[in-house]
Amino acid sequence: MPLVDTIKEAERLMTICNACRYCEGFCAVFPAMERRKTFGEGDLTYLANLCHGCQGCYYACQYAPPHEFEVNVPQTLATLRAETYADFVWPGFLGALFRKNGVVVSLGMALGLGFLLLLLFGMQDMSIIFGSHTGEGAFYRVIPYAAMVWPFGLVFAFAVFSMIMGGVSYWRSTAVPSGVRLSIGAILGGVWDVLTLKNLGGAGGGCNYPDESFSGMRRLFHHFTFYGFMLCFAATSVATIYDHWFGWIAPYSFTSLPVLLGTVGGIGLLIGPAGLMKLKIDADPAPRARELVGMDVAFLMLLFLVSFTGLALMVLRETSAMGTLLAVHLGFVLALFATLPYGKMVHGVYRFLALVQDAAEQKSHH
Amino acid sequence: MADLTQNYDVLVIGAGNAALCAAITARLEGARVLVLEAAPSHSRGGNSRHTRNIRYAHNEATDYVTGPYPVGEYIEDLMRVTAGKTNETLAGMVLEQSEQVVDWMQDQGVRFQKPLSGTIGLGRTNAFFFGGGKAMMNSYYARAENLGVEILYEAEVTGLTLNDGRFAYAQVLHGGQMHDVSARSLVVASGGFEANIEWLKEAWGEGAENFLIRGTPFNKGALLRVLLDHGAQPVSEADQCHAVPIDARSPKFDGGIATRVDCVIYSIMVNKHAKRFYDEGEDIWPKRYAIWGRLVGQQPDQIAYAVIDSKIPGLFMPTVFPAFEANTIPELAEKLELDADALEKTVTDYNAIVEPGDFDPTRLDGCHTKGASPEKTNWAQKIDTPPFYGYPLRPGITFTYLGVEVDEKARVLFGRERKPASNIYAAGEVMAGNILGQGYVGGLGLLIGNVFGRIAGQEAARRATS
Ligand SMILES: Cc1cc2nc3c(=O)[nH]c(=O)nc-3n(C[C@H](O)[C@H](O)[C@H](O)COP(=O)(O)OP(=O)(O)OC[C@H]3O[C@@H](n4cnc5c(N)ncnc54)[C@H](O)[C@@H]3O)c2cc1C
Ligand code: HEM
Ligand code: SF4
Ligand code: SF4
Repeated sequence: MPLVDTIKEAERLMTICNACRYCEGFCAVFPAMERRKTFGEGDLTYLANLCHGCQGCYYACQYAPPHEFEVNVPQTLATLRAETYADFVWPGFLGALFRKNGVVVSLGMALGLGFLLLLLFGMQDMSIIFGSHTGEGAFYRVIPYAAMVWPFGLVFAFAVFSMIMGGVSYWRSTAVPSGVRLSIGAILGGVWDVLTLKNLGGAGGGCNYPDESFSGMRRLFHHFTFYGFMLCFAATSVATIYDHWFGWIAPYSFTSLPVLLGTVGGIGLLIGPAGLMKLKIDADPAPRARELVGMDVAFLMLLFLVSFTGLALMVLRETSAMGTLLAVHLGFVLALFATLPYGKMVHGVYRFLALVQDAAEQKSHH
Repeated sequence: MADLTQNYDVLVIGAGNAALCAAITARLEGARVLVLEAAPSHSRGGNSRHTRNIRYAHNEATDYVTGPYPVGEYIEDLMRVTAGKTNETLAGMVLEQSEQVVDWMQDQGVRFQKPLSGTIGLGRTNAFFFGGGKAMMNSYYARAENLGVEILYEAEVTGLTLNDGRFAYAQVLHGGQMHDVSARSLVVASGGFEANIEWLKEAWGEGAENFLIRGTPFNKGALLRVLLDHGAQPVSEADQCHAVPIDARSPKFDGGIATRVDCVIYSIMVNKHAKRFYDEGEDIWPKRYAIWGRLVGQQPDQIAYAVIDSKIPGLFMPTVFPAFEANTIPELAEKLELDADALEKTVTDYNAIVEPGDFDPTRLDGCHTKGASPEKTNWAQKIDTPPFYGYPLRPGITFTYLGVEVDEKARVLFGRERKPASNIYAAGEVMAGNILGQGYVGGLGLLIGNVFGRIAGQEAARRATS
């Protein structure tokens, strides 16, 4: 359960905003609010996950603290988001992980790394680990194919399953108004909003950063992160297909599709998280939620390290550092996979669903 | 950094819409400009930060307005609401120049959007700011700071020293100390006196104690009083103001837009004796909004109650405070702290004389009472379907009209002979009474501040640098 206080506070704010409506133009939250007269827990969960935290409605609010109405929409919705993340986690008893997210990710990282190094050093001769390997199957000479595929496959499958379960709980909780129909159009609408992140755009002016001035940097760096991640994911998928269907064994040449996708994506995943981190440090804390900071920072670091070690591996793969780098990289990847359902990554699931619901509501409203 | 010991070219008092328009313009003319604002930076922007739109003349629909609103129509509207109590030369000048304001504002970084929902009736005539008045003011501040205008917060001007009718220096309270701040010209843009309850009492009697002030607590009219004491010519009257009915539970100051209650025309309005006192259905709400502040203010204890039944919610904008709710009228009366028998009698008597008709909230539907005193002439429906709802309402003062007289160069006029001051200019609420002797059309307050602010800024800068 999200804390009663947060729900009450969000309800109080939405009531004030619904009487005011000055922020109607900023994002999808306000029109969605206006489609409602009362705000139950499901409505608020939906609105919280629809809010992109652009901060526009904080700096534009004549009721922001120290006004006695103390309206701080981005902060309250972010706090509520953090609480709903813990709520929808699968299996449920792991919800507590969200409250200590920075710790969890660090532990995940340490465990992933430790596991890999153990695997490496336990199974192999030192001369293999620190030797240099080239040509087809070079990686698997250091870490055997089965030791790589099975743990990763299982952990990843579990993470995906767990996130799907989370998505199902989320969707059930948001109490989609009757009369709102899901359609292909709505789903495409949601996808479009994800790909453009238009709600972080402040209708053309960007979001507020670092204070009340406007900037497009946050959206830009998120695009680097998002598309970087997607390209890396595509690289892995293509590599899997090469391996399984064509029997082409890694490492692939520098001009091969997986390496090109991975390189471009990896660079995006360096620039994006680094940029977001810098913005986070500079930004005015007033409209932000403390509850999310640990989770955000942990995820940013993990993405950055996955990418950094991956690129290092690619560059140094023909040297004697390859063995160690491979283990370290795979360790971070494993940590990322293992913590996906218990960290910031879930925002992608709930936000996507919220955007689909929004597109569906907009269509039914006309 | 603002330096109170320097002799600036232009000193601007206040940091609302009029002040910033003046400061930006003066700076663009090359003047060194200091702005002194009484409020701390977190509540800067005066009443202007509560606004949402500006009314301006235009000849065709744009991205922001739905159709043409020619200058001629604007002038007719103004003449009607003020019943001729306006300086026609100044009014004509403002309305003609209104054609350029949106472009000018956009050049300063202000952004606009489509009309807000629930503001039908303003979509053609008024351009809405993206994010409302505080966002507009943030753009102005950013622009002014980029240009090098110095803005000092928590700097309250308490007096002016004039030499032979020329501004010499201002007395300023800042950081717990008094400073004498001199400048070559002065722009007074410090708003009206609506936050000065004592002054309101002079015009309205003790009842003003119960008024709620919708805007900033800093508009106490100190500069208005100082100018009048120095012999500036007054314009309009101390009891002329814009006042609307707002929820009695609202904050004393700065409740802004969200505290309005828009159900009056569909309700019966009763006073503290549970008696009706005015035709609630006289006209559509946008045309009657601004008379109800005054009507409520004339009732005993300056309070009134809107009573509706469950047929009505959903027909008007959601309110910031929930309605009092009950299943019977006596129960509702108790919650509103009204006499239960009296309210029951008022409702029963009213229900008995509602004539049958086709209720239509979207137009003057002619549904009326027969034999009531006063009659309700539109939207009269029986109050008979529980739950019943009630809102306590008080007058919410938006801004006052008493001001100083100015000429077309925004110079303050002194003495019976109306001699223009050589270096004292006024803009915004402090002189709005030149154009608004009485009445109001939504979106005119900011327009007056914008046009006169820019004139004042330009004239003050030219005067100072020539
Ligand atoms: C809720 C609400 C909604 C409104 N909506 C609209 C709208 O949509 N459109 C419209 O056109 N008008 C609207 N108005 C009216 C509009 O706010 C005013 O007409 C306009 O803002 C006046 O601008 P101004 O610059 O003269 O005064 P203000 O913006 O009030 O600025 C005056 C400034 O002077 C400062 N000051 C006062 N005394 C001193 C002193 N002694 N020393 C230093 N500083 C001082 C104050 O702190 C204040 O910042 C609305 C008003 C309210 C209350
Ligand atoms: C459905 C798709 C997604 C949407 C709609 C989305 C949207 C957002 C939004 C609005 C934020 C800012 C508010 C917040 O912190 O929650 C954010 C933050 C973030 N997103 Fe996404 N995102 C999506 C998917 C992804 C993916 C796939 C990644 C990368 C793997 C990613 C990485 C991040 C990171 C690292 C942050 C934190 C930024 C910070 O702390 O400043 N997002 N996302
Ligand atoms: S955030 Fe503030 S200004 Fe925006 S709609 Fe809500 S109350 Fe109004
Ligand atoms: S912070 Fe931005 S996205 Fe969130 S509700 Fe406010 S304006 Fe919308």
